[in-house]
Formats: sequence, C-alpha cells, structure tokens
Amino acid sequence: MVEHRPWNDIIAYAILTFGVFIVAFPVYLAVIASTHDAATVVNGNMPLLPGGHALENYYRAVFVGGSRTSREPVGHMLMNSLISATGIAVGKIFISILSAYAVVYFRFPFRMTAFWIIFVTLMLPVEVRIYPTYKVMADLHMLDTYAGLILPLIASATGTLLFRQFFMTVPDELLEASRIDGAGPIRFFIDTLLPLSVTTIAALFVIQFIYGWNQYLWPLLITTQDSMQTIVTGIKKMLTTTDELAEWQLAMATAVLAMLPPIAVVVFMQRLFVRGLVETEK
Amino acid sequence: MEKSAYFKGRLLPYLLLVPQLVITFLFFYWPASQALWQSFLREDAFGLSSDFIGLENYQTLFAQPEYYKSMLTTAVFSSLVAVLSLSIALLFATQADKNLKAAPAFKTFMIWPYAVAPAVAGVLWIFMFHPSLGTLARPLRAMGFDWNPLLNGDHAMALVVMAAVWKQISYNFLFFLAGLQAIPKSVIEAGAIDGAGPMRRFWTIVFPLLSPTTFFLLVVNVVYVFFDTFGIIDAVSGGGPAGATTTMVYKVYADGRLGGDLGGSAAQSVVLMVIVIAMTAIQFRYVERRVQY
Repeated sequence: MVEHRPWNDIIAYAILTFGVFIVAFPVYLAVIASTHDAATVVNGNMPLLPGGHALENYYRAVFVGGSRTSREPVGHMLMNSLISATGIAVGKIFISILSAYAVVYFRFPFRMTAFWIIFVTLMLPVEVRIYPTYKVMADLHMLDTYAGLILPLIASATGTLLFRQFFMTVPDELLEASRIDGAGPIRFFIDTLLPLSVTTIAALFVIQFIYGWNQYLWPLLITTQDSMQTIVTGIKKMLTTTDELAEWQLAMATAVLAMLPPIAVVVFMQRLFVRGLVETEK
Repeated sequence: MEKSAYFKGRLLPYLLLVPQLVITFLFFYWPASQALWQSFLREDAFGLSSDFIGLENYQTLFAQPEYYKSMLTTAVFSSLVAVLSLSIALLFATQADKNLKAAPAFKTFMIWPYAVAPAVAGVLWIFMFHPSLGTLARPLRAMGFDWNPLLNGDHAMALVVMAAVWKQISYNFLFFLAGLQAIPKSVIEAGAIDGAGPMRRFWTIVFPLLSPTTFFLLVVNVVYVFFDTFGIIDAVSGGGPAGATTTMVYKVYADGRLGGDLGGSAAQSVVLMVIVIAMTAIQFRYVERRVQY
C-alpha cells in the first residue's frame, strides 16, 4: 500500500455514498409513489415518506388492473414475463451448449462454416430487423404466442461462444479417459462435460434471464392481445392515457414489481451474475 | 485453438447443430434477407402488391432531412451517454478500488440498476422529472427554470441521456473495477517511490494501463446506446417532442409502424446493419491493436 491519508478515505466514502444515492433515488421514489393514493401523487407535492395505500395499490395492480384503462391485471403479466424470460434463458442454453459441443469436440465437413453462420448473428441485435422478423412470425402464425415471444430472441451467438470458450479449457485427458472406459460422445457429454459446465450454465442463465425479462420492443410488436403482454410493456400502456388520467401510483407499483425479480437475481446471485457478465462479453 | 482429442461421429455433430441452425435461419437470416429484399420494393398501402423499385427507397431516405436529423440525434445521444457514463463510472470505480472496509457493500449497491429494464428506467425518470408532478421538476420550476421535457426538445434529450447514463453506470463500474483490480500494485508503488502523487499516478500509470477496458467499454456503450435505449426513449418521450429524441433505431420502428412505410423502414434497417458491421470490424481491427499495454 502506498501513502495512507485519512481524508482520502473520507472523500472516497463521500463520493461512493453520493453514487449510491444517485443509483437508488429513482427506485426509492417509485416505491414511495406506489404507497400513496392517486391524488397525492398527481398533485405534485408527494411526500418523501411512505403513505398508507400500499396494500390497496398493489392489490389493485396485481389482481384488478387499472379501472380507467381496464387493462390486464399485472399478476398475469408477471406470469407471461416469467414464462418468456425462463424460456429464453433455457432455450438459449439448450441450443448453444449442443452446438458448441459439436463445434469443439467433432471434426466434420463444414464445421467452420457452421461456426461462422452462428457467429455472424452476434453482430445484429433483433432491433435492426424487427419488421421482417415480425412478418416471419406472422407467416408462421406465432403472433400472441409464447413461442413468438421466446424463439426469435434465442437466435444469437453469445451462448455458443461462451460454451466454446469453456470447453476449450477442459483438459483433453478427460475425453481420453472416458474413451478408455468405453464411453461414446453422448455418454461423455452427459457424464463428464455437463457436470463440469454447471457454473457456466448458471452464470449464463442469470444473464439471459435478465435479458429476457427486460425485453421491450419485441414483446410490444408481437403481442396484440392484452392477455399476452409482459409486465415491462404493460407499464408503458398504463401511462399512454393522457397524463392527468394516468394512474401513476398503479404504474409505479407495477414498475416496482417489474424490477423486483431481476434485481433479486442480481443481488442474491451476484457472483454468478458478475461471472456471466464478464464472460459473455469477452 | 483446436482440440487434439475429438470424436469422429458422422451424423451426430449435425444433429447437435440442427436446433441452433434452424433457429438462426428462421429468425435471423430469413428476416435479415427479407429486410434487404424489401428495401428494394414499394408496397401499396394494403400490403397486397409490391413493385421492384431498385434504390429508390434509399434515394428517398437520403433525401429526407429527418433522416440526417436522426443520425445527428444518435451521434449526440451516444457520445453524451458514453462519455458521461464512462467518466462517472470510472470515478466511482477508482474510489471503490481503495482499501475500504465497506467496498463490497458499495459494489452490491452500485451494480443492481443493470437489472432494471430500460423501459422501466425511462418510466422512473419521467416520473421524477415530469413537468407537473415530478418530485425533482418542481424545485427546477420553482427556481424559475422553465423545465418541460414534454415540450422542449433539449430538455427531453437531457432526460433521456440521464436515464440512459443512470442505467449504464453499473455495467461500466463493474468492468472498470475489475480492470483496476487487475493492475499490479507494484507498478503503483514504484510510482509512489518516485514521488508521484495520487493524481499524477492515476493519469500517468493507472489510466493508460486501463485503456483496454476503456476501449472495450466505449464500443459496448455505443452499441448499448444504439439498440438498448429504445425502451428508455419510448417511455420518456416517444421520440419527441418534434423528433428531438428520435434515434435511428427509433425511426426504423416509428416509420414502419406508425407510418406504415415498410420499404423505407427496411432501407433504414439495412443502413443500420452496415453501420453495426462497420463498428464491429473497427473494434476487431484497430481498437485491439492501438491500445497500450
């Protein structure tokens, strides 16, 4: 350690506390707004301490939905978000671990072609090709289905690259040993490779779950019925009525509910999250 | 980078690749080629017939002042967000890198905005700064500042930038912190022995050593601003007022959906694809080489 000055630490604490304040304040305000009644929120003099309408607001948001807009109750949207986020994470892991296994552990004609075909998808996010993708989905009759919410978002190379990288670090001796034991490629995959990949799978799951949960543009396009809406798209629709009529306290309760699952994942699985984040971006 | 031990299966590797290749062709190559094809077509208002019109969609596109405006908006938006979020995150990361007892707790508190959806972040910020009910807008207006992001384009841009920066700080913070922790302490001690103070050590030793991280983050941030901020913009301003926050990606969406101009929207998609591919190429070609280690 170089020179140690007490004031240096004090400055560091001050700056970091300020940072946490910036980071936390918008969320704090949303939580507060979700505990007041509509009039208190709209008049512009909202107190900075919780009010007494929390139960009522959350009950209405989750089970009833806004009265003026007669939207879908949030409980159902939460379910849709959970299904599509889990589907995206599991689907991506499933297709990418298999293709990475093929590319790393086999030699066959067009191996590198297949790898490049997958690799190119890394460059173009779904936002660039939304309408053509929408048209494909419409032709396949997948509008307003879970398959429509999930499948286009798992077409990407991040998972394949991550698993490829991990498989390259697995010692060759393991393959030779299991071959001596008479194991074929499927045995080796299930008994040796899969158990070794558990942490990588978990890290990828955390990242992809958050990615899937937070999707906005795609669910917005692909769902026409309120019953298929995810929670992130639902909030915006609560606010599309004119501002004076928008029920901000319900929108804020919904925002809090929409933030809760991914934030819980990040905070409670911080180690896996950081690992997944750093490794998928390499 | 090849394994020396491998299997020789004939059919199995293809079977393993099938799920990903089917998904990739169906939802990536097919739509991407459709976008390219559609950008040469003109569809009638009902989508019943379409004629091949060559490059006319592109000519119309590049004759539109709004398109250049959206390019400019994208450039302003992405440089503001990248510079602000990188410098703020670097400031916090250098502080968290000091030997503080509470550093792990600060780290946990700093990273969770990453988990907040862009659209939700947009809703939180418009709520804070809403001209009539925003908790932070009221003091601004009380001070005589005519704050109104719903009517004033610059204010709307400021709000969108703030929300986008807020959301990106945690990501940059994590990578900067990891980069700082990877710098050997001995280098910094050597600087201290030579009599360099903390500021001088930072700018002459730490910052140059951090440049790979900084360049990597710069590219990631620009891509983030291009694509992931769609939700923020849609929630905060809907591209307005008067197109002041319409980025290129937002325009693809708005022209195709609200305007129904699918050919023009497809042409924009193609231009965007070219830009993204160029940026990725630059990342691979130059950035990795120029960076000082």
